[in-house]
Amino acid sequence: MANMCPYGRFTHAVVRGIPETFGKTAGDSHENGEVTVDQAKAQRQFGCLTGALRQKVGLQLIEIPPDPELPESWRIEDVAVIQGDTALITRPFKQQRRSEVDAVRRVMSELNLTIVEMGDELGDSGGATLEGSDVLFTGREFFVGISSHTNRRGAEVLADTFRDFAVSTVPVCGGARLKDFCSMGGPDTIIISNSDGAKKTLRVRMMEQLTDHHYEVLTVPEESAANCIYIKGPSKRDFLLHRPAEECPDSISAFQKLPDYTPLPTACSEASKLGASLSSFCLLINRKHTYF
Amino acid sequence: MTTESGADSEAKQPQANKEAEKGKTKAAADPASPQKQPEQLPAAVGHSTPTRKDQEQEEDQESHRSSTSRLSKSPLRGVKKVKMMQCKITLLDGTDYTVNVEKRAKGHVLFDKVCEHLNLLEKDYFGVTYRDVENQKNWLDPSKELKKQIRTGPWNFAFNVKFYPPDPSQLSEDITRYYLCLQLRDDVVSGRLPCSFATHTLLGSYTVQSELGDYDLEEMGSDYVSEIRFAPNQTKELEEKVMELHKTYKGMTPAEAEIHFLENAKKLSMYGVDLHHAKDSEGVEIMLGVCSSGLLIYRDRLRINRFAWPKILKISYKRNNFYIKIRPGEFEQFESTIGFKLPNHRASKRLWKVCVEHHTFFRLVSPEAPPKKFLSLGSKFRYSGRTQAQTRRASAQIARPAPLFERTSSKRYNMSRSLDGAPITENHETPVKDGTGDGVPKVLAHEDIITTVTTERKAEEEKEEQEEVQKAATETPEATEMTPLRHDTKTDSERTDFACDGDMTATESEADEDSEMRTQDSEPPPEVVKHQTNISELKRSFLETGSGSGGPGQTEWEKRLSSSPLRSPRADESPMIEPLELQDANDEQPTEEETKQVVGSKDTVAAGYLVKYVPDSIVTEGATSSGPHGISLSTTMDDDVFINGTLREEAEGKSHEEEEVSDRSDVKVSPGAVRQEVSQAISDKKGTLIIFKQPENKENTQDEGTSEKKSLPAPIELETDETEKETEAPAAVKGQTSVVEMLSPTVEIKTGDTAQIKNIDSPKKAMASWISEEKVEVSQVIGVFTKKVEELKTLDEVQQKAEGIQSKQLESSLTHITVSEASAASLAVSTFGWVSPSQKASADQDEKPVITENEAEPVTSKVPDGVDVPSKDVPVVHTETKTITYESAEVDTNGDADAGVLLSAQTITSETTSTTTTTHITKTVKGGISETRIEKRIVITGDADIDHDEALAQAIKEAKEQHPDMSVTKVVVHKETEITPEEGED
Repeated sequence: MANMCPYGRFTHAVVRGIPETFGKTAGDSHENGEVTVDQAKAQRQFGCLTGALRQKVGLQLIEIPPDPELPESWRIEDVAVIQGDTALITRPFKQQRRSEVDAVRRVMSELNLTIVEMGDELGDSGGATLEGSDVLFTGREFFVGISSHTNRRGAEVLADTFRDFAVSTVPVCGGARLKDFCSMGGPDTIIISNSDGAKKTLRVRMMEQLTDHHYEVLTVPEESAANCIYIKGPSKRDFLLHRPAEECPDSISAFQKLPDYTPLPTACSEASKLGASLSSFCLLINRKHTYF
Repeated sequence: MTTESGADSEAKQPQANKEAEKGKTKAAADPASPQKQPEQLPAAVGHSTPTRKDQEQEEDQESHRSSTSRLSKSPLRGVKKVKMMQCKITLLDGTDYTVNVEKRAKGHVLFDKVCEHLNLLEKDYFGVTYRDVENQKNWLDPSKELKKQIRTGPWNFAFNVKFYPPDPSQLSEDITRYYLCLQLRDDVVSGRLPCSFATHTLLGSYTVQSELGDYDLEEMGSDYVSEIRFAPNQTKELEEKVMELHKTYKGMTPAEAEIHFLENAKKLSMYGVDLHHAKDSEGVEIMLGVCSSGLLIYRDRLRINRFAWPKILKISYKRNNFYIKIRPGEFEQFESTIGFKLPNHRASKRLWKVCVEHHTFFRLVSPEAPPKKFLSLGSKFRYSGRTQAQTRRASAQIARPAPLFERTSSKRYNMSRSLDGAPITENHETPVKDGTGDGVPKVLAHEDIITTVTTERKAEEEKEEQEEVQKAATETPEATEMTPLRHDTKTDSERTDFACDGDMTATESEADEDSEMRTQDSEPPPEVVKHQTNISELKRSFLETGSGSGGPGQTEWEKRLSSSPLRSPRADESPMIEPLELQDANDEQPTEEETKQVVGSKDTVAAGYLVKYVPDSIVTEGATSSGPHGISLSTTMDDDVFINGTLREEAEGKSHEEEEVSDRSDVKVSPGAVRQEVSQAISDKKGTLIIFKQPENKENTQDEGTSEKKSLPAPIELETDETEKETEAPAAVKGQTSVVEMLSPTVEIKTGDTAQIKNIDSPKKAMASWISEEKVEVSQVIGVFTKKVEELKTLDEVQQKAEGIQSKQLESSLTHITVSEASAASLAVSTFGWVSPSQKASADQDEKPVITENEAEPVTSKVPDGVDVPSKDVPVVHTETKTITYESAEVDTNGDADAGVLLSAQTITSETTSTTTTTHITKTVKGGISETRIEKRIVITGDADIDHDEALAQAIKEAKEQHPDMSVTKVVVHKETEITPEEGED
């Protein structure tokens, strides 16, 4: 398709800073439980991540200032799904997060992306919820995890937005999100954790059943290692942001199987305590997208 | 829309002519309607429909040579009533194409006409659709009669892409891609193929470039794209974006723009997905999408499941339920069956058929044979066209220069046929014509001793016969029974069964031959048409296939293999011929199509008696040997009685022997022996294959209800090498088609005799093809052909006179075959081809249906006539079709496997009011002894007024009288009675 080009070419990254309310998510104490997070450390890690994206990978970085009123706004991945020149502004599951989209929408329009809204609760997509962390775009098709955060209606809206692509749904159990188990590791490579049987099923279903395409699968033993950020930067080099050895000691060797990659170990320990991962921090955009 | 021209063929013919003329005029006058010039093109003629339909032929001929003689229209034809129906086909560019087809015509006739009109060679990706009562789109089954599919309403159709090639860049011709683009544009605009705005823009821009060329501000202005539809909801913004992109395409040719278009369109997730509404087991509304890779399950717009073809073990339907049995997954132990509910029975069957077709087309190397069930319930439907693998192989052989065509929907595109190989082809054609034209018997033998052939039973032969029979009656369930089919063809190890109505059919286990045969039967014409492959291709395919039955062998191949000597010639010939045509001239191809059509027409024959004198025992045996065969035969041949007199029997042909024979044959083949028809001679070092095809198509429709008579060509093929043999068999199938070709040129000869004889068909086919591996021989052969052709031409002219004698004899006697030496000229004309090589016996199991092998070996010159030819024995059949085979005991069996050299082969057809006789004479020389095998097929058509038994008896008697020195080795009586209410309609 017009928009079909190998996955991984990006020119811009949109991030949102760590607010001081980091970890104090209102109303989801049940989710965080008694986890204690180090906000300063989280900010340092965020700084490392953005630094890597800007300086190592070479992306143009757009940072939206943090909003203390939105303690989870740093999880910017959830609020938009971008493919080509179209940005779907999502409707997060949690009511408190829905105002996070406003700032992101502005940025998207400044970038001249075509904005698609998921609509109100009463519209055709009424009740639809979708979070970007449940969406895996491979460059060829979408997989949408049907989870506690994303429902079928949300997936349908996504399918209606990105009509060129097949949109397959994958059930995701528990409080997890699809991208907790998998992410892109290259134009035709999917990194999948092998942590338990459930994910095995996921893998079988996704890789063997739902797709017509053939993907290389890089299996990593630790779940935390399965979420990476692959970017083919302006320099045409392959970059892979992954968790450092201290966070996933058993999986580092797997990353080294990727030939000619520039590995960028990036710590994410604090965010991961809140159920997030590397990809949660950024929206990747390709504004040099061409049709040809 | 439907027009029934029930009246005389004569009346109709003029109509047809008019139409053709109209088309021409239109084309000339109307630049806007690009697609309406089919008839003008010479090629079109060749493609034209089966010989059965005189009218059609006439049309073709006319179109062919509009100014030339219209001799083809014989007064006699007028007697026959052929109902012509006007079909309106909506083409991909939105224009309507109107064409008349015989009411009884099968689907492929219409399809072929359209493809011809469109100048489309890679037609296997396409199909014709019609709307049923529920306004649902259905694919026209090429093997079934139109009238049985269009139950009610006007005969309106649409031409569509049926199988979307996953990689359009692999299509051979730009014109094919163009039509695919047109289909996709419609898919996009109609919303069937959803795309994003960006994609609409991109596809639209390529469309504009393709249709309008480079952007030109002065000429085009700023508004030029508004007339073109790009999207379901076209906005100004979209048009502006389209123009933006369009400006950047300067210099891009239309073909390039279409390639870009397709490269983008093919990536769309819904590209080529055929959606069907359904509910899952829980009653949830879903959509089932059938595509090249498998079955997709959608809920709303989301893909919730996908079953790749390799995962599907079986597809079945029962009432409105549709089931798929799934191969157990990595972590599963048992296969599971998933059921879906379709809106109704028709919908579930429609889905099932689409699945069967897609699976076969995209996953198999060659089509499966229909189920063997005899009495079983359920659909026998199978996809019988070419698979993608086959069509790719075939299209790789397309040698014509890129046809010129205009892309604007409002413009016409010119169809140009390539002139390649024209000389050769032409030569072939001419001879064919001559041959066809005459009712004159053709004597092939050179002073050779005529020996009667005893019947030997060879499995192969039997098979071949069966095949022939099957060919004739594709639709008959019996055909399925025939032999096991080989399902080696499947690309994937996995096999998918197709069962309907609860019947589980194991598709794969069946014998290939049978399947092939079936396939052939059902859709012989399409195949023929399709065969564009060269002989060399065939060879390759066979070689590749190994056994021939399986893998690479395409339907055609399979068919060829399966075909028995008698059968084989037809089938084989056509394929063989086609290849030649391809190589030589494009023109011939059309003819092939015609032949195919002809074949189809055979079914119509109400009652036919086929008397075949088969030099080779093989053939005879085939028919006689097994009861089941008989059944199969019956299915295939409608109303045909086969009397197979085998002049010679070949010892069970063994490949080795065959080879030897072939060698000999090559050497021995005398120039005179060369058949006019030899379209391709393949001489392997070991052997030579000569295939003569003589399809005969005659339509005598005295009574509408009764039916049309069509004589089946009995091609005889000689194959030296096993490989060759295999090829030949398929060739035989094709051969029929080739015959058809002949028909187009054929001249109708009217005898003073009461009976009107249409010779057209028989001679047409006189194509023999030598395929020499070295190819050196080929050229020689060609030369010979040309000579013969010339002779034939002359002969044609003279036919009524000098030759007329022979022809008259033939005519008068209905079946008259001159075995005696004929003048050289006559020989040339008469020879159809083939002969010789015996061989197949050894490997009966091998699918090589050995074609007839004529062993020169001294078959006793005369076999006692006492052969069992109980004419009266013909059973009265109330059932639709009955086939009875009478075989004489094997007279002489030559242990020698050596194949004789084929001296000559010829087919003669004569018609009377109620009887059509086709005679195939094959002469083979082996070891200095010549063997002549005569096969007569007598088709008796008529209503109750005619005593078929008597007619048969008469025919047999005459045959005996005519050939006192020959023995009748086999008689096959096939009776077909039309019980169908539809006939009553006629």
